[in-house]
Amino acid sequence: MEWLLFVPLAALALGTAAFVILLRNPIYCALALVGTFFALSGLYLLLQAEFVAVVQVIIYAGAIMVLFLFVIMLLDVGHEPPPWLRRDRPRLLLGLGLVALLVLELAVAIGSWIAPGIRGPYTSDYVNAVGNTQLIGRLLFTEFLIPFEITSIILLIAIVGAMVLARRQ
Amino acid sequence: MPEPAFFVVMLAKIAVVFGLMLLSVAYLTWLERKVISDFQVRLGPMRVGPHGLLQPIADGIKLMFKEDIIPEAADRAIYVLAPTLALIPAFISFAVIPFGDRVRLFGQSIDMVISDVNVGLLYLFGVASLGVYGIVLGGWASNNKYALLGGLRSAAQMISYELSMGLSVVGVLMLSESLSLVRIVGAQSKAWFILLQPIGFLIFLICAIAETNRAPFDLPEAETELVAGFHVEYSSMKFAMYFMAEYANMITVAALATTLFLGGWRGPFLPPVVWFLAKLYLVIFLFIWIRATLPRFRYDQLMRFGWKVLLPLALANIVITAAFVALR
Amino acid sequence: MTQAFNMADLSTALPEVVLSLVAMVILMLDFIVPKGRRDWLGYLSVLGVLLTLMVLCRQWGATQSAFSGQYLIDPFALFFKILFLASGGLIILMSIGYLRGEGADSGEFYALILFATLGMMLMASAVDLLILYIGLETMSICIYVLAGFLKRERRSNEAALKYLLMGGFSSAIILYGIVMLYGLTGATGLKEIASTLTADTLSNPALILAMVMLAAGFGFKIAAVPFHMYIPDVYEGAPTPITALLAAASEIAGLVILLRVFLVAIPGLQDRWALLFYVLSLLTMTVGNVVAIAQSNIKRMLAYSSIAHIGYLLIGVVAGRELGISATLLYTVVYALMTLGAFAMVILLCVGEVKGERIDDFAGLAQRSPMAAAAMLILLLSLAGVPPTAGFVGKLYLFGAAIERGYILLALIAVVNSAISLFYYMKVAVAMYMRDLPPAGLALSPSRPLRVVLFVTVVGTLAIGIYPGPFLDLAKSSIAGLW
Repeated sequence: MEWLLFVPLAALALGTAAFVILLRNPIYCALALVGTFFALSGLYLLLQAEFVAVVQVIIYAGAIMVLFLFVIMLLDVGHEPPPWLRRDRPRLLLGLGLVALLVLELAVAIGSWIAPGIRGPYTSDYVNAVGNTQLIGRLLFTEFLIPFEITSIILLIAIVGAMVLARRQ
Repeated sequence: MPEPAFFVVMLAKIAVVFGLMLLSVAYLTWLERKVISDFQVRLGPMRVGPHGLLQPIADGIKLMFKEDIIPEAADRAIYVLAPTLALIPAFISFAVIPFGDRVRLFGQSIDMVISDVNVGLLYLFGVASLGVYGIVLGGWASNNKYALLGGLRSAAQMISYELSMGLSVVGVLMLSESLSLVRIVGAQSKAWFILLQPIGFLIFLICAIAETNRAPFDLPEAETELVAGFHVEYSSMKFAMYFMAEYANMITVAALATTLFLGGWRGPFLPPVVWFLAKLYLVIFLFIWIRATLPRFRYDQLMRFGWKVLLPLALANIVITAAFVALR
Repeated sequence: MTQAFNMADLSTALPEVVLSLVAMVILMLDFIVPKGRRDWLGYLSVLGVLLTLMVLCRQWGATQSAFSGQYLIDPFALFFKILFLASGGLIILMSIGYLRGEGADSGEFYALILFATLGMMLMASAVDLLILYIGLETMSICIYVLAGFLKRERRSNEAALKYLLMGGFSSAIILYGIVMLYGLTGATGLKEIASTLTADTLSNPALILAMVMLAAGFGFKIAAVPFHMYIPDVYEGAPTPITALLAAASEIAGLVILLRVFLVAIPGLQDRWALLFYVLSLLTMTVGNVVAIAQSNIKRMLAYSSIAHIGYLLIGVVAGRELGISATLLYTVVYALMTLGAFAMVILLCVGEVKGERIDDFAGLAQRSPMAAAAMLILLLSLAGVPPTAGFVGKLYLFGAAIERGYILLALIAVVNSAISLFYYMKVAVAMYMRDLPPAGLALSPSRPLRVVLFVTVVGTLAIGIYPGPFLDLAKSSIAGLW
């Protein structure tokens, strides 16, 4: 049953991700990326991670990509010729070859891997009983307290950095 | 509830809500024109039907049969897509708003909400944040300076005010300890949150007006400087879709304000749905009133107000609320 | 399982808390202190660093795990935290005069250096891939901004952009490696990862791939060849104190997480990653030294020289065990001291129009300022590895460890490389002592904080060179219990 949703969503994610790098018009690329975020959000929903799914849409599709569009429109970024029309074909072929090799290796590697399986306490029954959002909140302030706090410092640094670089001297 | 019945009920709810929404959108235009003309001591639409009551229908028919023009230099695909992108979020966001208490009908207990999602409020914000795409892309795809400027303004404005809007409801979340709108209404059985969160309500209301691009925050379409802003090139049904999206958004934020701060469907004597609609229209009336009263912001004022006034205020509100919740 | 926050956890991270508070105070004071008097913020930052050092030293000899086992204070972490704080303090001292000269004095510069140091300290204590990555980003984001701090200089803009792009790219590669490790083992804690990997899972190609990803990502961060192409431009364009920060602190921080991850999480793959680092080390020192010969800009020359030194440092990683790792630790101190000193000299020569960046600018330095020339000579000799300086001692232990563990060829090549390096270092020495002062040469007037930096680095270089015993013991005791 899950496959009915998983396969189209996964295909959508991969397809739109490919469009991001293949399309000529930067606006189209940005929109394709929005599509990718949507597909990912759908995949999170399949994993019963509602909070992450919705936050993915709010932050990435709703805020970050709008800013990207804003910048692209404001700067009027020109159209780039698609990679297959550029001159450096050997490099492209080399890249594609390496990608193929990587995918092949990943397929072999993951296919042969037997997950040793540390089983965490957070089964979906448990998560649903406590509540998805509540559990994330609790974990952020207990088990993942220090990464959470450092992330706030990173954001502060990013804000200060943006101000420093953008301010007129 | 057995599965087939579940689907039937669900479809029925969707149909009813959607239908009412369309009707409300149509008559909201009438209401707005009437109310504003009252404020301006004139009559407003009077010709079509008694007191112009059939005016929205006439307008609808007219818009549908107008010539649909697509500018030659426009980016066709996005130009056609954009109005839809504006309209869909406006309509689907209503899905999580509870408009009544649980009722028993034909031996089934039915929730008066299309879907009680446990991250309902975030869903609403997520969907609402997508509405900006319709406007930005429409403005860009028209290949018109005014339209592009309108689109850019709208992008900057929506992102700036979305932030404060999100922060303004954090107080409500802390008090109700849930993101589900059904539970938030449930948590207001003793006191409406407008009493506990007056500052939060005020910030929310201001941001809601900005998010719906209404006066005094209607810079994206500012008639006097940008002609009509992002939808200057749109005509016929595509224009109508933008129009509908704007009014649908207005209804949604009003419903959200009602749910979060005004106790939702709660109220004595009258049936819940009536209370809900009454509060909803009260908020909408407030929107219209503000439009009739206040002049438009200048762009820099808008940005300064959003970032330097509303945002710190919303943060302060969160800190104070958190302190109260912790000490309680 | 979930575990409530407690004060004991917080006390283990007290130095980091103090440092971040100091940085935030500096940021706020920046609004109050008028432009032109912001030197004081620099001095205050140094005081903050000293305060942090004092708080930190109370953790001497302690080993304690905190924050659900994600964070560890142990002698290894302490060793590097002291090194990073000392480097950070010296870099702030260098910056005070430099910023005044560039007309860009501001509190944000110091605050960002402090935050970068905070990131490095977190990296030193991280025993969980999550914290490790976040610490890395904390440091990197600060340096992206700092590299572009001189907004009017095109080279500074270029440096910031290049470092941002390459940094983001390499972070993504590291993240990819982390994700694969997590996917394979289901754990992010380094110890947990090691305990999940049993003998039959160790040979899995996916694990090897994760290892290669991590090695490549860390390779970017420590500027090993072939991941070094952005380094010369970034070093040249960034403000000189930030170049020093990159060379003397950020690269060592990269090395620290490299050591932690490879020694603690995947020690079972030692045969394989030792081979990997063998090749990297060989390439890094050879390319670094050979290309350095052709440079005429001293910042670029030092860039390639630092690449070469990273190659030497990797020898210790290849050799492994107590001997190799302790030699690496000792050499990080030596390397940091020499590099900081050398860049302080570059700042010293920033007088008037002369930017002190061409090697020609060093011409006749011995006549202008015999003291400065002598200091530079000592630093250069140490960089080349000539006794009785620290560089010699450090290399002795590194190469010795390699020979001990049977990597004779690697040690041999390293010795040849040292000989090559002598050539370009002495080019500067020749310019200082044999060539005449250009007529436009002004008198040098080093600011007082810069003199402190030069004094500390030169004396430190000599001290380790003449009496290395205690430093080596410290390095040895610092790696106890690392595995």
